[in-house]
Amino acid sequence: MRALITGNEAVSTAVRLARVELIAAYPITPQTSISEKLSQYCSEGTLDADFVKVESEHSAMATVIGAASTGVRTFTATSSQGLALMHELLHWSSGARLPIVMANVNRALGAPWNIWGDQSDSLAQRDTGWLQFYCESCQEVLDTTLMAFAVAERVNTPVMVMLDGFILSHTAEPVQIPEPDAVDSLLGGGPSPPALVDPENPRTLHAVTSPDHFMEFKHHQFQAAAGAEKVSVEVAEEFGKIFGRNYPGTEEFMCGDAETILVASGTAAGTVRHVVRKYREQGKKVGMMRVRMFRPYPFDEVRRIVSGAKRVAVLERAISPGSEGTMAQELRSAAYSAGGGPQVYDFVAGLGGRDIVPEDIERMLELVENGADKLQRVNWLGLKE
Amino acid sequence: MDTTVQAAPKPSTPSEYKSGLKPVWCPGCGDFGVLNALSQVYHRLEFDPMNTMLFSGIGCSSRIPGYLKGYGFNGVHGRVLPIATGAKLANPELTVIAAGGDGDGFSIGTGHFPHTCRRNVDITYIVMDNNIYGLTKGQLSPTSPGQMVTTTSSYGSIENPINPIGLAIGCGASFVARSFAGDIKHMVDVICQGIEHKGFSFIQILSPCVTFVGKDQFGIIKNQVRYLNEVEGYDPTDRSHAFQVADETGQISLGVIFQHPFPEYRHGTEIVRQRLIKRGVPEMKDLIAKFRP
Ligand SMILES: Cc1ncc(C[n+]2csc(CCOP(=O)(O)OP(=O)(O)O)c2C)c(N)n1
Ligand code: SF4
Repeated sequence: MRALITGNEAVSTAVRLARVELIAAYPITPQTSISEKLSQYCSEGTLDADFVKVESEHSAMATVIGAASTGVRTFTATSSQGLALMHELLHWSSGARLPIVMANVNRALGAPWNIWGDQSDSLAQRDTGWLQFYCESCQEVLDTTLMAFAVAERVNTPVMVMLDGFILSHTAEPVQIPEPDAVDSLLGGGPSPPALVDPENPRTLHAVTSPDHFMEFKHHQFQAAAGAEKVSVEVAEEFGKIFGRNYPGTEEFMCGDAETILVASGTAAGTVRHVVRKYREQGKKVGMMRVRMFRPYPFDEVRRIVSGAKRVAVLERAISPGSEGTMAQELRSAAYSAGGGPQVYDFVAGLGGRDIVPEDIERMLELVENGADKLQRVNWLGLKE
Repeated sequence: MDTTVQAAPKPSTPSEYKSGLKPVWCPGCGDFGVLNALSQVYHRLEFDPMNTMLFSGIGCSSRIPGYLKGYGFNGVHGRVLPIATGAKLANPELTVIAAGGDGDGFSIGTGHFPHTCRRNVDITYIVMDNNIYGLTKGQLSPTSPGQMVTTTSSYGSIENPINPIGLAIGCGASFVARSFAGDIKHMVDVICQGIEHKGFSFIQILSPCVTFVGKDQFGIIKNQVRYLNEVEGYDPTDRSHAFQVADETGQISLGVIFQHPFPEYRHGTEIVRQRLIKRGVPEMKDLIAKFRP
């Protein structure tokens, strides 16, 4: 069945198809309509789950941690300040190895207040141990949310699915809605957290762990997150076989012979792709790499994609004050670890919901190709004087 | 660098205490009434805008600092009380008012409320209670009555509402009052009393959300109102009377529900200091000498 739905509806549709059993959420723009829809499904019984209207995002994450510890499939959704408020428990849930899935509708962080999209909220959570996937279309949002449950449950690690605030969350596109049986065949089995509460075999979870053992716990967690790359690829392949839609961890668009590769993630990739096509028609060797899987970071794949290019320009929709952009940091470490590698340039654009327009991308290309000597470590696009 | 600030002339009418920014509230929202009342309070108490600071969290109601003269602070969701506490302790000369919605104060910020009540710092906290999350467009709030239909309770709420007045009294607040956005004169009187009270004052103002709860709210509340100062024998210093009001159903009591002169936080700090001075603090060298073999 095809339906015209928004990014947020794509999330709630996927959560219903995944037969989630407990949802806890607190409203925040632009996430709210995800949880409103889910609360309605739960009241109607079209999703046989408990929906808890908790008193904050911190409580939302705490509630799903409790529920996931008993072995049920759980979900929450948030944005921006709400994600920041969850921070403590993001570490906790990944350390506890719980396969929780969360949608984060990307929105800027204050001060000052702003409700529009940028990626500073989720990129700031990169070290929490959550796997992160960034989407470009409503279809991808639905499909990625479904795959997120499979990945989370196979590696016992929580997964965050990102969609750009308003640009994707509130824009309707035609979306292919999977059949429930087909989803069941992907997600059959359900979660089995390693620290499952079992009355027959009582144990205390997450008790104080001395220096003698703590590192081993963290090493297990670290290995699982690294191994999640392979699992994500496997899940995407299974998904492709069942549904006919394929999702590589990193999208390559006309990168093969490209001298300049532009790097983007989320909906900005659509604008970049448009510009790349236009330049290709003029015979310019330009390509785009779209970061879809950000955690685990696919170092080898990224290195393979960019290593043949002369230069790489990263488009960041977030900042890391006092450093360079987060996406550029990761890319540099992937591209340079083999020695040599392309020149990497970093550009910031579209903070707090400012549009990223084709002219911004064209300016970026012009600068890296003909004015690189004027560039700084981090370059701001579309800034008002 | 010269950092002295030139004092602006003090406003001389209530409307001069408004900033001139046009509120973005829906026409008919109860929060307009609270704004009008506060501008009259500022005028009646002859506030110097330079020495007045209005803090808020986030929500429709929390927009209020922008609409009044004086310093305004729009904080994060639910954290208005600790932020206001910090400001008042650091600058005791400031008149500190905190404001926000029922979601801000009684869901995400609930944890701060009991502690601010019992700490008794000299802040006046106005909760503009509309029983709903207005800004995020109509979700269930902790003060939504049972079975209320909202966008997160499409077929009626299954949760019991919180009782803000009972909570405040139980947590040791020294001033607890209730007023109604449909009665400006009453709001002005009660808020003035709250500000003049030395210690933490909690004022719940029933401020209808006409868009997500309904225009009929003003009438529904008005029909149930009674004024405590007209109730024979009501003693606001008696906690049991106050708890009876907190528990009432079918009527809505307005006015000062509870007031007790518990010592204000600063006063407590002073007592501890005086006690120490009296006892005498030994010099460090004497202490070290005491432990030397
Ligand atoms: C950490 C965090 N979570 C959620 C939000 C979204 N949010 C903003 S205001 C609000 C509730 C508004 O309700 P209330 O406090 O009752 O004020 P009202 O708008 O009704 O005046 C919510 C949930 C936020 N800003 N920050
Ligand atoms: S949504 Fe409700 S609370 Fe917000 S301004 Fe409109 S009427 Fe007032």
